[in-house]
Amino acid sequence: MKRIIVVGNGMVSHKFCLKLRTIAGSDTYEVVIYGEETWPAYDRVHLSEYFTEQSVDKLLMAPSDWYQDQNITLKTGQLIISIDPQQRTVLTHEGKTDHYDYLVLATGSRPFVPKIDGVEKRGVFVYRTIEDLDQIISYAKNIKRGAVLGGGLLGLEAAKALLDLNLDAQVIEFAPRLMPRQLDEAGSNTLKSEIESLGIEILLNKNTSKVAGTDQMAGLEFADGSQLDTEMLVISCGIISRDELAESAGLEKGARGGFKVNEYLQTNDPNIYAVGEAAAFNDMIYGLVAPGYDMAEIAANHITDQASKTFTGADMSTKLKLIGVEVGSFGDALGDTPGSIPISFEDKNSGIYKRINISSDKKHLLGGILVGDTSDYGMLLQITQNSMAIPPNPEDLILGTRGGQANGNTILDLPDTAQICSCENVSKGDLVDAIKSQNITDLKELRNCTGAGTGCGACSPMVGDIFSAQLKEMGQTVRKTLCPHFDYTRQELYSLIKVKGIKTYNELLDQYGEGDGCETCKPAVASLLASIWNDKILKQETIQDTNDRFLANIQKGGSYSVVPRVPGGEITPEKLIAIGTVAKKYDLYTKITGGQRIDMFGARLNDLPKIWRELIDAGFESGHAYGKSLRTVKSCVGSTWCRYGLHDSVSYAIEIEDRYKGIRSPHKLKGGVSGCRRECAEAQAKDFGLIATELGYNLYVCGNGGANPQHAKLLAGDIDEKTAIKYLDRFLMFYIQTAEPLNRTAVWLNKLDGGIDYLREVVVEDSLGIGEDLEKDMQALIAAYHCEWKEAINDEKMMKRFSHFANSDDYDPTQQFSSMREMKKPAGWESISK
Amino acid sequence: MTELTTYKTTTPAEVSKWIATLPADEFPENGGLNVKVEDLQIAIFNFTRRNEWFATQNLCPHKQQMILSRGMIGSDGDEPKVACPFHKKTFSLKTGENLNGDECPIATYPVKVEGGTVYVGIA
Ligand SMILES: Cc1cc2nc3c(=O)[nH]c(=O)nc-3n(C[C@H](O)[C@H](O)[C@H](O)COP(=O)(O)OP(=O)(O)OC[C@H]3O[C@@H](n4cnc5c(N)ncnc54)[C@H](O)[C@@H]3O)c2cc1C
Ligand code: SF4
Ligand code: FES
Repeated sequence: MKRIIVVGNGMVSHKFCLKLRTIAGSDTYEVVIYGEETWPAYDRVHLSEYFTEQSVDKLLMAPSDWYQDQNITLKTGQLIISIDPQQRTVLTHEGKTDHYDYLVLATGSRPFVPKIDGVEKRGVFVYRTIEDLDQIISYAKNIKRGAVLGGGLLGLEAAKALLDLNLDAQVIEFAPRLMPRQLDEAGSNTLKSEIESLGIEILLNKNTSKVAGTDQMAGLEFADGSQLDTEMLVISCGIISRDELAESAGLEKGARGGFKVNEYLQTNDPNIYAVGEAAAFNDMIYGLVAPGYDMAEIAANHITDQASKTFTGADMSTKLKLIGVEVGSFGDALGDTPGSIPISFEDKNSGIYKRINISSDKKHLLGGILVGDTSDYGMLLQITQNSMAIPPNPEDLILGTRGGQANGNTILDLPDTAQICSCENVSKGDLVDAIKSQNITDLKELRNCTGAGTGCGACSPMVGDIFSAQLKEMGQTVRKTLCPHFDYTRQELYSLIKVKGIKTYNELLDQYGEGDGCETCKPAVASLLASIWNDKILKQETIQDTNDRFLANIQKGGSYSVVPRVPGGEITPEKLIAIGTVAKKYDLYTKITGGQRIDMFGARLNDLPKIWRELIDAGFESGHAYGKSLRTVKSCVGSTWCRYGLHDSVSYAIEIEDRYKGIRSPHKLKGGVSGCRRECAEAQAKDFGLIATELGYNLYVCGNGGANPQHAKLLAGDIDEKTAIKYLDRFLMFYIQTAEPLNRTAVWLNKLDGGIDYLREVVVEDSLGIGEDLEKDMQALIAAYHCEWKEAINDEKMMKRFSHFANSDDYDPTQQFSSMREMKKPAGWESISK
Repeated sequence: MTELTTYKTTTPAEVSKWIATLPADEFPENGGLNVKVEDLQIAIFNFTRRNEWFATQNLCPHKQQMILSRGMIGSDGDEPKVACPFHKKTFSLKTGENLNGDECPIATYPVKVEGGTVYVGIA
């Protein structure tokens, strides 16, 4: 059996092992990996997500037991310090030697740190590993300003990360423009103003001469004599291959470093391969993951004697991600090809710049730049890579056709060989075949089975377009049906239930579904039934999500949270005391929420009814925090107390919260009312928000905080309270009737043809003539309101449900809590793997 | 914390005693209850639509939560399954196998209804 040693356990190393194991099992090749970092391979491309999630688990390329399952020995925290090519051994930093038949060097690269006076000071960081990020995060806690050295792709990403760490962020670039390798001056200018509008300052033409400060950095000095007052510096000035092992092994290097490799990724020692950022092919280092994956596959094939293509270089097209400004650069972006003709379009008003370079014979697209709008990126890249014919008026490619005739290049014109996903090397043909042969009707399924779009994600829109186009060609319309048990969309089911008067899940499944249902359709139908009939949610308990079934949010460890309604955030001292008393009695953790109410956590299932009885006796109602329904209407203190207040925002918020409380919707709903334009209630970040004006209120809708924040849009301005409520009734009901399950209002609006203007036509101008019906439907829901907890505690049969054991009153003996800052917290997750 | 190893799939042939739990009509339709069986927590499901009963460990192997009885049941093709309420990992009610991931399987136990009472079989 042959023994392969892989040095480095980064993304490319992992891909190599994956490819090797799909070609040959563990009976022919033994694989041992030495990795310097303490974690198994993780997704460096999405490293910046670590700033928000701080979870290594989410970044791992494979769960830690994968290596074991594949019979691969992974040694983390082990640095290889030299190679003996005669003996075919490697030496670890601990002094151990290990023998190989084949050696694969996947040592990646390290950040290039320019020689600047003082770069060794505390407060200067690089941006490459999880460890780097941990250090940046902890250092950022105590400072206010941070700068990034380098205005390339990665530097801009790092700057956004600093901004997200609440630092005042600057980017310093030596060149006269941003992303100098990908953008021309006009592109850079557009990008610069877009990034500056995010709050990141950009300094161009700056040659940094010194990092000031004693042992801790305290600012930067530039060659032109100017200075920058900042407390931290993240260096992102490019990469250098980690080719330290070349000397000991007598391996040749490329002109700019890296292990020199041939088209099979072999170094000058045929038993030693190099892949990824460590490899230099034709003196080129590829600092992107897709070429690295290509190399991994070719090397795996070559070692195992499989016929394979050869490595011929790779495309360096890229898209900027994560930072909220769209930038794409592809092919010959700067028009370096002799005779190439640039065509550009600039719109300073919307921050859009597009440029394409066409060949001197005007037949082919060579490359281009897109800033502010990259929706054409996928198609233009394909046209470039496949040398497809371009339209007679090439400007149509970036301007669209003006004058009727289509420009001919649609997704369906792409050749089957067009590579769509470069990370996973999936062609258009692969996608189409998968759709046809496996009858795929779900985009997620397509991504799972082909891997397309699972890497850097840049190709996702194109995968989606090919999917829709292919289904359409096969005569299928793409309908978002609920799940395998119902061949209907949520909106279709809404009509069916309403028109046929269906009252239970089973009735619906018998008449319109098949099989026994599942965890997708049950709660979706439960929500529909509730939205249509506002019937007691407890009646059909087993189709509800556990939160709805037990009228409380389940938390880690199986305890529940208790959230009484506090309309508008107004609460009397008596009620505060009542909450305190209950929380103390049942040993609950208490926290004030973002929605201006008080959450009590850690309630045992058996105690829920007792807790609620006491709360209800004190005058509280269910807060529906467990349901897909109205949460809170946040209010500022308004004209009663505030010297700026124009109207009484608290009273109005209470009125609105009481109006819509308990109504079930496709997803949760949040509202806000502010007493003046200062907007202390953050109403524009809510599903609906009202802001007082001199003349009345401005009504905003479809805002969203959370993962994808989106400002609410103005639906109607300067309207009186009664009109605002009329519009709200219509708006909410229209949303409830037409949204897909679990789509918040913002997502729903983004998908609505015609957007906010269309919504305004429907709600304000009543263009569909359904205004009155919507109001009537809403009125019926409002009239059917009941406090679910009040009903539950008065129903003996229902009460039985609130017991951990059905045959005993015992509490769950496995439930455990520990303590933190004088209150309790659940014991951590425990994970078990095979 | 309860060891996952406490729970072992029991085949009808291995049953050494049948433990009476609750009257069948106390179980919700198409849903489950958690019962204390000696030191074990066993989830028993009344799959009314299929006219079948199933029993599994109550412990979800994903994050070791005592919770499966509170999950929704349904089918995947013809395979009856339960979905953990925490992260929607689904397990076959017949074989205990994890259907949408690679969690380890859950233990299953034989159930029978006699004289209106639900019995679960343990080894
Ligand atoms: C923040 C960030 C964002 C990025 N975004 C993108 C993007 O959007 N698109 C894109 O295509 N690319 C992106 N990249 C680049 C991409 O991550 C790299 O191209 C890719 O990770 C290279 O993989 P690799 O396996 O060659 O090297 P690495 O992932 O660096 O792995 C090399 C590993 O080998 C270890 N090692 C080195 N020497 C030794 C030794 N002697 N002994 C033992 N172990 C050793 C190192 O510690 C390291 O863990 C990004 C990179 C960063 C840092
Ligand atoms: S939004 Fe206006 S009225 Fe309300 S608290 Fe703020 S400043 Fe006062
Ligand atoms: S604990 Fe059951 S799925 Fe996570």
